[in-house]
Amino acid sequence: MSETIDTPPKTTVSVQINGHAIEAEPGELVIEAAARAGVHIPRFCYHPRLSPVGMCRMCLVDIDAGGRGPALQPSCMVPVSEAMVVDTESDRVRKAQDGVLEFLLINHPLDCPVCDKGGECPLQDNTIAFGPAESRFVEEKRHYEKPIPISDLVLLDRERCILCDRCTRFAKEVAGDPLIHFQGRGSRTEVNTFPDAPFSSYFSGNTVQICPVGALTSSSYRFKARPWDLTEVESTCTGCSVGCSVTLQSSRNRVLRSLGVDNDAVNWGWLCDRGRFGVESVNSEERLSEPLIQGRGARWADALRHATELIADAVRASGPAAVGVIGGARLTNESAYAWAKLAKHVIGTDNVDAQLGDGLPASFVLGLPRATIAEAGAAKGTIVLLGTDPKETLGVLYLRLRHAVVEGGATLIEIGHGASGLSKLAQHRFWASPGGSLVDAARQAVSVLPSGQPITVVLGRGTVTEDPAVLAEAAMILAAAGARFLPALSRGNVMGALDMGLAPGLLPGRVALESGRPYFAQAWGAVPAATGYDSAAMLQAAADGKLSVLVLLGANPLDDFPDRDLVQRALAKASVIAVDTFANPSSAGAAVVLPAAAHGEVDGTTTNIEGRILALHQVVTPPGTARADWIIASELALRLGTDLGFESAEQIWDEIEAVASSHAGLDRAALALNSEGSVAAGVGGGGRPAVLALPEVPPAVQLPLDEASLRLVVRRKMYDGGTGTAHSQSLAALPASNALRLHPLDFQGLSVGEGELVTVVANQGSIELPAFADADVVRGTASVLGNVSGATVNHLLVASSPITDVRLEVRR
Amino acid sequence: MSRLSPQNEAVAHEIISRYPWKKSALIPLLHLAQEQDGYVSDEAMVHLGELVDVSPAEVLGTCSFYEMFKREPVGRYLVNICTNISCQLLGGEELLHHAEHALGIKAGNTTGDGLFTIEDVECIAACTEAPCLTVNYRYFYKVEDGDFDAIVEDLRNGRQPTRKAAESGPEGQIPPHGTLALQRQHIPADRVAGNADPDRASAPVWLEQA
Repeated sequence: MSETIDTPPKTTVSVQINGHAIEAEPGELVIEAAARAGVHIPRFCYHPRLSPVGMCRMCLVDIDAGGRGPALQPSCMVPVSEAMVVDTESDRVRKAQDGVLEFLLINHPLDCPVCDKGGECPLQDNTIAFGPAESRFVEEKRHYEKPIPISDLVLLDRERCILCDRCTRFAKEVAGDPLIHFQGRGSRTEVNTFPDAPFSSYFSGNTVQICPVGALTSSSYRFKARPWDLTEVESTCTGCSVGCSVTLQSSRNRVLRSLGVDNDAVNWGWLCDRGRFGVESVNSEERLSEPLIQGRGARWADALRHATELIADAVRASGPAAVGVIGGARLTNESAYAWAKLAKHVIGTDNVDAQLGDGLPASFVLGLPRATIAEAGAAKGTIVLLGTDPKETLGVLYLRLRHAVVEGGATLIEIGHGASGLSKLAQHRFWASPGGSLVDAARQAVSVLPSGQPITVVLGRGTVTEDPAVLAEAAMILAAAGARFLPALSRGNVMGALDMGLAPGLLPGRVALESGRPYFAQAWGAVPAATGYDSAAMLQAAADGKLSVLVLLGANPLDDFPDRDLVQRALAKASVIAVDTFANPSSAGAAVVLPAAAHGEVDGTTTNIEGRILALHQVVTPPGTARADWIIASELALRLGTDLGFESAEQIWDEIEAVASSHAGLDRAALALNSEGSVAAGVGGGGRPAVLALPEVPPAVQLPLDEASLRLVVRRKMYDGGTGTAHSQSLAALPASNALRLHPLDFQGLSVGEGELVTVVANQGSIELPAFADADVVRGTASVLGNVSGATVNHLLVASSPITDVRLEVRR
Repeated sequence: MSRLSPQNEAVAHEIISRYPWKKSALIPLLHLAQEQDGYVSDEAMVHLGELVDVSPAEVLGTCSFYEMFKREPVGRYLVNICTNISCQLLGGEELLHHAEHALGIKAGNTTGDGLFTIEDVECIAACTEAPCLTVNYRYFYKVEDGDFDAIVEDLRNGRQPTRKAAESGPEGQIPPHGTLALQRQHIPADRVAGNADPDRASAPVWLEQA
């Protein structure tokens, strides 16, 4: 190997397709190489994100790999080889395509006029483009019951199925929920579930989208529209903070459907059902459509004046710190920026927090070195789950991580408070023992981290009962080992809200209030004098009468904030201005309610967990007189005597790009060029302040557990009482009701039967829940669900307490 | 009916240990379930899924491919009467007709006492001995109506048939449906065939060339 090589070794494979010489990647399938060369080979079963199976035979082409001459081979199963000659248009290929389609149509009911797929059906399209004009089949076709539900969301029409194996492959390979399978293989093969075991996957809607015929339909879209009647825009799902690319489709001003778009950097075309069907909430009859003053319908001018007076009076009486803003994760980046500017510049309060005491300190999250989803999903990499369960909170991130482990051989290390949806795939599991903490678990985990390999930590509050300082300390241990982070804060655009400064002590562009003060004094004018309160401190101040106006910006602290008693006291004392898409318990007694436009009703951008800026587009108009949050901010600012200085979402973006250190260079032209979205990763400089650096984290306090108690763990599920789920017809019935889960040995100690009611007693209060044994729960902990129907857990919680210990009582 | 009994679960673990991949044991385990209950119940399929780490839908997918795994209860004696070409020419259909009358059920059904199920089957590979039938897969050759009645009479009275089934051992015994063998095979650990881990085995030459 010491001789010099004149020409570099060839890294591509030369192939001839329909007479054109092309260079293909080694190992590339013929169907893919042809597509890149502009030659479309018809297919049904082949899907680029699933393993090829050669099931449908539609992609048969003439392949001559040398030796035996050309022969029909399925192009989805054959990798390219040097000097291969491919013909996709030969007479033999045409005859094969004719034959395959005639066979597929023998068992197909041809009920296109009543089929939802009609107009966007690969079977229709391929038959017209490649099929025979007539069928020789004159016999009676097979008949099945039409359709049968295979889950709450998906219906199956077996007559239409061509057995391409796409849905079943998706269920097994991608979702890891092999709940549908071929049954009765032979002349009566059908896809079906096990009796009474529905296809209750969080990802079931994807099977409807990838079904190449109308066999799988969603109960939500069935018979609602024809594809050619739909208006569509490319947008981004804001159901959680993964930022999946979607197409939003509407008809007659109602959002009917959200389809996944293959964004290689993010979602690979997949969506979770919460995101896919959660868009139904946009059409809900219960949307707020007019402003309310003291619960009565009002004109915008009056409502805005009333809100302005409340704010102005509070500022006049006790200074700007008497006003607080909670929420903002529902907003677009532009609206978040407008609200940050309104609060921090116009009103002058730093009491602003987009999180509701269930997240992580903003300056800590923004200071961590950030990873991308692609880095987390890299083959042979190392993924550490710290506290969080992506399957329940960030569905599509779970799919990407699962793929990395199952297909890419990545190592998964889990640090948490019990089993997560990925536990079965974890090579190492470090579950925090009660009395010990995640910090100890993280120290143990560091000892098994491979050296010299990229490490991605997915970091989130696995339970709101744990002091975020513990999680921060654990994260710092991993950061010291060279890890990069994906923050699993799950609310829609929470990362964008934090980037735009909707957090205490921050200014737009991931800049600390202190370090950004001189710069923003120029860019904006005045900025707050001192760091303000987070949500917990704001609610405490409101309850103590020190904060008199509370703006709820798409927030429902009564259900979401981990201390219901404190929220009740705060809401009783302060005047509430709610800006929201729906009325909620927290805004029930609001002085002013301003109706806001929702997802699909506004243009703008959103930011995902990577810091990636993704486009949002409007496809329907807001109900009644509801308007975009940034317009509401501008109107309030104007009435408070300041013009925010923008009149469109585009102008706001221009201003963000001009002032935010993290977003420098991402002007509209740059964003438009990258359909995958661009990661905002500016660090400041060039006159702009430096972005937050890795923070100093003081060691957290470890509190021992007394023998009579259990430590409370509050877990989140995919379906909970959140707005998108509660107001979506398809999803509203899905959330589980609450239950108490205990380690089998702890459960035995109670001597009650499975499902019997047990009283969970904390210092703050008590609730009754049915109890179950569960080996996935750590011994010494009591696991319950947050924000679901049934007994509300945040009755038990005290915001100021770093832990919650409970005792269990059984009525005899 | 039920999941595997504790005894059968122990047998199941022994069967599973013979295979490099748990899932490979599925078909022998389905036989075990059928032997226990006379058919493969839904509960048994769920249990097998847990034992070999696949979903119940996948167990059903395998089970439903095989005609001889019954997923509904069948009689203690499953009578398969051939009506394929040789048997048809020599009176197979008439024999089936007689059987239906004699037992008072149509083919595909089970008598009320749960003793007999009749099935109309395709060629069972005894064309030289037509018409033929099997009872729990034990052959009876050149069966006439009277022979059928006698077999049924004997089995109904708890006797083994006077007319011995062909090739069914010296006793001519017909065990209940689902019984695979009268003696269960136990392979001591040191005599198990070398089930090398396929993940560690080197790829076959023809695969490497591709």
